[in-house]
Amino acid sequence: MRAFAALFWRDITLNVRSSGGAALSAAFFALIIVLTPLGLGPDPAILKSLAPGLFWIAALLATLLGLERMVQQDAEDGTLDLFRLSPLPLELVVVAKILAHWLTSGLIIAILAPLLAPLLSLSEKALPILALSLLFGTPGLSSIGAAAAALGTSVQRGGMVLAILVLPLNVPFLIFGASAVAAAQSGGDPSQALIFLSASSLMALVVGPLAAAAALRLNED
Amino acid sequence: MLAYANPQRFLRLARALTPWTLGAGVALAAVGLFLALFVAPPDYQQGDAARIMYVHVPAAWMALFIYICMAVSSAVAFIWKHPLADVAAKASAPIGCVFTALALVTGMLWGQPMWGAWWVWDARLTSVLILFFLYLGYIVLWGAIDEPTRAARAARILALVGAINVPIIHFSVEWWSTLHQGATVFRAGGPAMSTSMLIPLLTMALAYNVLYVAFLLIRMRMEVSERRLRTIRLGLEAAPG
Repeated sequence: MRAFAALFWRDITLNVRSSGGAALSAAFFALIIVLTPLGLGPDPAILKSLAPGLFWIAALLATLLGLERMVQQDAEDGTLDLFRLSPLPLELVVVAKILAHWLTSGLIIAILAPLLAPLLSLSEKALPILALSLLFGTPGLSSIGAAAAALGTSVQRGGMVLAILVLPLNVPFLIFGASAVAAAQSGGDPSQALIFLSASSLMALVVGPLAAAAALRLNED
Repeated sequence: MLAYANPQRFLRLARALTPWTLGAGVALAAVGLFLALFVAPPDYQQGDAARIMYVHVPAAWMALFIYICMAVSSAVAFIWKHPLADVAAKASAPIGCVFTALALVTGMLWGQPMWGAWWVWDARLTSVLILFFLYLGYIVLWGAIDEPTRAARAARILALVGAINVPIIHFSVEWWSTLHQGATVFRAGGPAMSTSMLIPLLTMALAYNVLYVAFLLIRMRMEVSERRLRTIRLGLEAAPG
């Protein structure tokens, strides 16, 4: 347990202090939201109808950012070999990394999104659901991302490869997340979409660490 | 299956089977296309445009079937470390990708006169499109890692994670939109399709399957040869002169 906590804090600290970490992810998310009206025009009605999807697409892209550093550096400088030797199972190492990644990307995005909502004229009654959906969905994104990041440890400059591996797998999150927000905005019942979103997220939280640990274990020579 | 863990034995069998499967596949496809284009009656609503179905529907079946084959051989590689299972999974991916592309393109060609649009965001088209990207990701991962054994290990896990996700993705897309016609071949109480249309359809499906086997054998032989070349080259580099 102490090893888990130590690893968790180490990753949090790295994510917060390094230039490519939490701040970058949040800034990237905000930038996508700010740039879309410039591309689509300022019509509030159009922006309002597009907002649920845009927020979720931005979340999908912004959570991609920290993934490459999640295990890549550890693999390069040999820390990963120490993880393999340590009594802490690799699955738990991955869980610590997923938690650290989520706290510095998904959670921040979930807090940031309602603040950015006026920029896209998202209706106020959808704000709680927007925050909730991101809160429930982004752990799944971090988890699937961890599996892909672990697979990518053998890839040189794997950033783009990671995106191609992760994005198709994240389709359910986009669909359920955006649908929940859209339902809340149009006065419908978002609970079904939220439940499916949470289910996808929980499923990913099981599959992600197992796959990531298997990938890290298999890459040892 | 374990008897063919010996690449030598497998290669001998593959070499013998390749011309037969290729010939049978081409012949079946020719018969299937003839039946589909000249013998089968035009659809009473869609006219001759419905004939594209004979190319489209089996291709969509193959897209999914080959992904399942890939996942199963990845699981075999993962569990039993069968040396040819990775090779089979790798060799399947481009074939499956082409069938997926064929299904998408023929679907678009059929959609233009039927729906009045090249692309409609209906559930099945969308699922197949995402499947296409899953294939691409798998192929990219193989290409991105130089060392074959490492690439094989990573690809196995990706194929398995993908296979777990495919039903979830399909369900989510299905939930998201249902615009397409319901299933007409596989449903309780037998197919809702006249035999005159079913026979060409199944002939094409069989042709695709046999062709898949033929291409799979060719690609697997290629892959085994490539690995041998690599071993020889590495051996030469290690011991110069």
